[in-house]
Amino acid sequence: MRIVYFASVRENIGIDAEDRDLPEEIASISDLLDWLAKQSEQYAAAFTDRSRLRFAIDHNMVTDEALLSGATEIAVFPPVTGG
Amino acid sequence: MIRIEIGETPLDRSALDELGSLGGGAVASFTGIAREDDGISAIELEHYPAMTQASLASLANEAQERWPLLGLVILHRVGRIPVGEAIVVIGTASARRGTALEACAFLIDRLKTDAPFWKKEYRADGSAVWVEAKASDEEQATRWRQ
Repeated sequence: MRIVYFASVRENIGIDAEDRDLPEEIASISDLLDWLAKQSEQYAAAFTDRSRLRFAIDHNMVTDEALLSGATEIAVFPPVTGG
Repeated sequence: MIRIEIGETPLDRSALDELGSLGGGAVASFTGIAREDDGISAIELEHYPAMTQASLASLANEAQERWPLLGLVILHRVGRIPVGEAIVVIGTASARRGTALEACAFLIDRLKTDAPFWKKEYRADGSAVWVEAKASDEEQATRWRQ
């Protein structure tokens, strides 16, 4: 599964995209963040305050409870500030 | 007529003139400009290319379902933008002003909370900070969700 990061999240993690094979027990966005946070301090720090994160699955905004089943691309980013 | 453009070059405001030639009695527009405050020298707009166009098209469709519009324009600049230059231009054309003004407000309010853009401010001293989302923007967008 492809995971993409934007803005401050991208800078904090240090990469803009990665491809990951997820264990079967990773069902939701929230599970994915927990799993990544265990892999390095950078992920843990970037995902500490979940209230400051927003998510998209295949280009549609979702909450962290959204299920990953069938998803191709997950995006993690801070609240948007365009316009 | 629906025109949605995302690009790194200065925005083409002639799109607003086209809205005026659609036979309606009203064109409303909003322009957002890179402000020169707190010693800001430029801003940079990052976006999510695979998602941006679709999210703006979805807002445009919603506006057309809610109001009888003759046309609408959403132009958004990305990349580095010097202060004083436009970041976003939104225009709506309708038979009457009330519809055009409401639809224009809807589009900018919802763009602020729904479209995947992020601003970074560059200061004269070389430092750069990501702009924080404002709670007031969320409140203004929420009034259109009722």
